[in-house]
Amino acid sequence: MRFIDEFRDAELARAVVNRIHRRSNKHVRLMEFCGGHTVAIMKHGIRQLLPETVEMLSGPGCPVCVTANQDLDIAIALAREPGVIITTFGDMLKVPGSRSSLQRVRADSADVRVVYSTLDALQIARENPEKAVVFIGIGFETTAPTIAASILKAEEEGIRNYYVLSMNKLCPPVIKALLDCGEVKLDGLICPGHVSAIIGSHPWEFAARDYGISCVVSGFEPLDVLQSVEMLVDQLEKGEPRVEIAYRRGVRPEGNLRAQELMNAVFELSPANWRGIGMVPESGLRLRKEYERFDAELAFDIEPGPTLEHKGCLCGDILRGVRTPLDCKLFRTSCTPEHPVGPCMVSSEGSCASYFHYETA
Amino acid sequence: MKPLKDEKILLAHGSGGRLSHDLVEKGFLPAFDNPLLSKLDDSAIFEAKGRLAFTTDSYIVTPIFFPGGDIGKLAVCGTVNDLSMSGAIPLYLSLSFIIEEGFLLTDLVKIVTSIKEAAEEAGVKVVTGDTKVVNRGSADKLFINTAGVGIVPDGVHISGSNARAGDRVILSGPIGDHGIAVMSEREGLKFASPVKSDCSPLNKLVAEMLEASGEIHSLRDPTRGGLASTLNEFAMQSQVGILIHEDMIPVRDEVRAACEMLGFDPLHVANEGRLVAVVAPDDAERVVERMRQNKYGTEAAIIGEVREEHPGRVVMRTRLGASRIVDMLVGELLPRIC
Repeated sequence: MRFIDEFRDAELARAVVNRIHRRSNKHVRLMEFCGGHTVAIMKHGIRQLLPETVEMLSGPGCPVCVTANQDLDIAIALAREPGVIITTFGDMLKVPGSRSSLQRVRADSADVRVVYSTLDALQIARENPEKAVVFIGIGFETTAPTIAASILKAEEEGIRNYYVLSMNKLCPPVIKALLDCGEVKLDGLICPGHVSAIIGSHPWEFAARDYGISCVVSGFEPLDVLQSVEMLVDQLEKGEPRVEIAYRRGVRPEGNLRAQELMNAVFELSPANWRGIGMVPESGLRLRKEYERFDAELAFDIEPGPTLEHKGCLCGDILRGVRTPLDCKLFRTSCTPEHPVGPCMVSSEGSCASYFHYETA
Repeated sequence: MKPLKDEKILLAHGSGGRLSHDLVEKGFLPAFDNPLLSKLDDSAIFEAKGRLAFTTDSYIVTPIFFPGGDIGKLAVCGTVNDLSMSGAIPLYLSLSFIIEEGFLLTDLVKIVTSIKEAAEEAGVKVVTGDTKVVNRGSADKLFINTAGVGIVPDGVHISGSNARAGDRVILSGPIGDHGIAVMSEREGLKFASPVKSDCSPLNKLVAEMLEASGEIHSLRDPTRGGLASTLNEFAMQSQVGILIHEDMIPVRDEVRAACEMLGFDPLHVANEGRLVAVVAPDDAERVVERMRQNKYGTEAAIIGEVREEHPGRVVMRTRLGASRIVDMLVGELLPRIC
């Protein structure tokens, strides 16, 4: 398959791996921020190919995983409201909140539908004018522009029954929060490719400049990841932290300006609640005053009840990179993909699910 | 039976009265014409000698018509294949419809025709049947149940628990076609060359394989849950490890592209016309050669081997030369967020 096979070429990969082995002397700790990278690393067995001097940590870059229980409870409570159709990306269905999940309320006859795009959600709103259609807006800078586009479209067409539960989160501020709290000592960061396709590479500059962290924006194929590791090792051996783009076919330094415009038109910065990390200032997106009428939280009077955290679940620590799934007592025992306790086991891009599905050790 | 263009199934078609009778007489009997069925007694009565294999499955698929097949073809192939995977020669099927009121009669005729064609190809007879019509909303268009009876020839002992260390794992063709064909039809995904379901009866292929070797230990068709689930079942049932090689598993480009887009692993996507065989090492090449002569096995290949290490687990050697676990599919296949 063109444009995929080239990036999975075994011989090229071996050459890069050999170069990394030759170049790497210092012990370095690299974090792959994004769940997509965690999956690529586990699925292709990349960790096994790297020298012992290169330690890889998984970061909080899985939008499902970082959604706080409190926010999940609101989504689940909304699904129980009469006359409401919940539209969501598939990954959210199984995530357990404090007491239930969207999947379970669906079995109890709530109308919860999986969509591939916000425009599908909008279509459901057009087809069901007597119902309120709520889109569960989770994701990072990647999904925010498409949510913004759906709101602008609804505004233009005068669709009155479409709402968004805005739980979108922003990546650079949470990395800053992790670095500020100092729990994890990092040398380098594999920056998310899709997120950076929207925001560009400039928003990562602070990490190199203020914290001395080497940054490389990476794609998601095995060769992309290996090349990024090589670039990071090279920067760290030289002791010259900066931001580089390995994923040039997808990312420009300035990002996607049109997508940024859309986001800025509809959303403004707000604090956001991250699982395991807590409230992080200016790391979330809420609807601007002009678009408030699309805000599901304002439109419905929701009482989700008290938030409960699951005992013994280490998802929070795992998301901060201070523990790995193998440290969790629940892992593979009471927490499995069939019966997930925490979100990192549910999402296809969660660290626990990746370890569960692919780790041979 | 030539129904009018917009003629619909009514509750009365399932009531046992005149309309039911007409449907059976004009719609079903001519299609499945055989002496056992046309007696119209309460049961089909037939002679059988030897060990019998007996299986049943219900078919629900959205959409009912998809590239490469429809729910009718699926209902025949699925049950024929379940019998075949036990090494049985399929003989007779039962056929039971649950139809939602308002279903188009022309669509039912189309489905009956494809059942007839699939049964003829597989050489099985529909010998008993039933039709129920339910109120609108009580079923999604059309559900079909088929049960099948077959005879297991002497000396054939096939089971998921018979895999032994050293055996080779054979796959009959590219994986994921059915799942992606149905999914792309359902979600309106368009590809330059549309993916067709692999839905097909495999009994003749299996018969030829059994002719080629007396050392076929396990057979299974990797339907829902895909190749990954079938291999895991073998590994657990036989308490052996299975090692497969990523670069030996055939996957069509269109299927890979769709999987990339949707975030699926082709190893988890459903097939309806593929089989996995575990065969003694000395016979494996011969079995593959024979399979390639059959139109449903032209791309058959050895994809791995059975080992003593890591019992109960399936491990894949990746293209990059590393290894990873291949796990069963958990829950439903769901598209990812980003």
